[in-house]
Amino acid sequence: MAVTVLIPTPLRPYVGGRDAVQVEAASIGELLDRLSGEHIALRKHLFADDGRLRSFVNVYLNDRDIRQLSAQETPVRSGDTVSIIPSIAGGTAVAEALPKLSHEEILRYSRHLILPDVGVEGQRKLKAARVLLVGAGGLGSPAALYLAAAGVGTIGLVDFDVVDKTNLQRQIIHGTATVGKPKLESATARIRDLNPNVRVETFETRLTSENALDIIRDFDIVADGTDNFPTRYLVNDACVLLGKPNVYGSIFRFEGQASVFYAKAGPCYRCLYAEPPPPGLVPSCAEGGVLGVLPGIIGSIQAMETIKLILGAGEPLIGRLVLFDALKLQFRELKLEKDPDCPVCGSHPSVTELIDYEAFCGIGAEPSYDGAEITAQELKAEWERDQDLLVIDVREPHEYEIAHIDGAVLIPLGELPDRLGELDGHRAVVTHCHHGARSLKALEILKAAGFSKVRSLRGGIDAWAVNVDPSLPRY
Amino acid sequence: MTLVLELRHATAIRRHGEADYPAEACGLIGGTVDGARKITVALVPLVNQRTDAARNRYLIDPVSFRRAQERLDRDGLEVIGVYHSHPDHPAVPSTFDREHAWPWLSYVILGVPRGHAAELKSWTLSDDRAAFDEESITLEERKVVWQ
Repeated sequence: MAVTVLIPTPLRPYVGGRDAVQVEAASIGELLDRLSGEHIALRKHLFADDGRLRSFVNVYLNDRDIRQLSAQETPVRSGDTVSIIPSIAGGTAVAEALPKLSHEEILRYSRHLILPDVGVEGQRKLKAARVLLVGAGGLGSPAALYLAAAGVGTIGLVDFDVVDKTNLQRQIIHGTATVGKPKLESATARIRDLNPNVRVETFETRLTSENALDIIRDFDIVADGTDNFPTRYLVNDACVLLGKPNVYGSIFRFEGQASVFYAKAGPCYRCLYAEPPPPGLVPSCAEGGVLGVLPGIIGSIQAMETIKLILGAGEPLIGRLVLFDALKLQFRELKLEKDPDCPVCGSHPSVTELIDYEAFCGIGAEPSYDGAEITAQELKAEWERDQDLLVIDVREPHEYEIAHIDGAVLIPLGELPDRLGELDGHRAVVTHCHHGARSLKALEILKAAGFSKVRSLRGGIDAWAVNVDPSLPRY
Repeated sequence: MTLVLELRHATAIRRHGEADYPAEACGLIGGTVDGARKITVALVPLVNQRTDAARNRYLIDPVSFRRAQERLDRDGLEVIGVYHSHPDHPAVPSTFDREHAWPWLSYVILGVPRGHAAELKSWTLSDDRAAFDEESITLEERKVVWQ
């Protein structure tokens, strides 16, 4: 049983002038193979030298583009109609539009220039490209380094942080010598050293609903290396509104994710995660820890996908989410569908301008803890007066091993609700954690259970190490 | 093959090229084939879909192509060629034009130096895809159908 293939006029001379032919096949790939096997002269017009379907040859199964189905693996059945539809492209020589390469650049990029998918034209596209990196941290570090090394002409960096010693375990664009300096200054110096041909444009600010559109507008592609949900939704929405691709990566402990959110061609971040998780549910890297190599892998994937988009090479990570598990050394891939009801990129969007993302993510709506916190110095003084004071460390055992306050009782936050019976409700209690966030949650739990004299150590054990006991290591 | 254009078609292509300058203008040419003559009957001006690089690129996507083809079909015509303008460039195909070309179609290129329509040339892709060969354009007066 055969499938009808409609032939466009330019190809009819190769099939005996017919406007339709019958071909027996089980899939589009097999069909095209048989068709060009029977009509040899057709092959070079349909397929490029590397055997791939030429970019301007579009194949439709009945009314659908096979790129939206399973491409060449799309099955066909008897009675189906396959149409070959041209897209027509052309233009003047690219010489004027793309910047030229200097002799130094030709030498520097020689390993790119000899790659068929890059070549001189591709390298000039890279030079013409403008890529914005949001965050010069764990993900931004490898991404910026590889993009600069690859010869991306302009790299924009948004960050307002200062290099901290705890960054160096993974943020490889910074160094011991730049601890204490602004990250933008540190990153710019490193990029200059790596590739002086790259222009670095810096934005020393937090990305906000007020400035995001103006900053992103002037770039071709955005790589999102943010570590918090409000900024991630902000970057996504701004990219959708401006029609820019958003190369996304995120990391947690031993696991990472990457995708390309490009609403023009596929789903956006909101199609995947319509709502942010409740505040505090997903710990940040500072709270949960992260394996230092992990952002190197995910950030490099972001750099690679950015370069592929610029070159128009290969299959971009649009509509696919890559999940990486470092402990199993396993990559998994999930197919992502565009949500037709997506509030930003759907057919009837309700979000048509940038909103308040802190509020959207439930941040800022937390109860006030006035009077419920105690400073490290106050705790020391009070503890010396009142030996009966109970100090509860709500961190994890592996954190306790790094450093702990002598005399504090370890009850991890997750176990606290089940271990209330161990505590004497008449004693004054002070909770503490690493930086002072989890101990506030512990305080809520204890108050709800009827403990009246509860306070939380502001700044956690870190503040204790700085202000009371400098013999403790900070982490 | 020779491409037969009526004066009004040539004028329409020139106007389109000037109107869209400095962007590239593009459209499809509908007509019939009579032996070695491709006879233009109707032009389908299209919107250049390359908004990112419209000064030196043009794109007619498959959806527009299909729609135009269906319209021409109803009139018993077929797509016999494509026209596009080269703002501030000669009416000669670029390498990019050749790499993306379809066989058999006539590629009519209009040079538009400094916004003024100049030469109009037609090209077809050689069978081995290695070159674009210039084909002749025959300009004809409009034939009055009822005579």
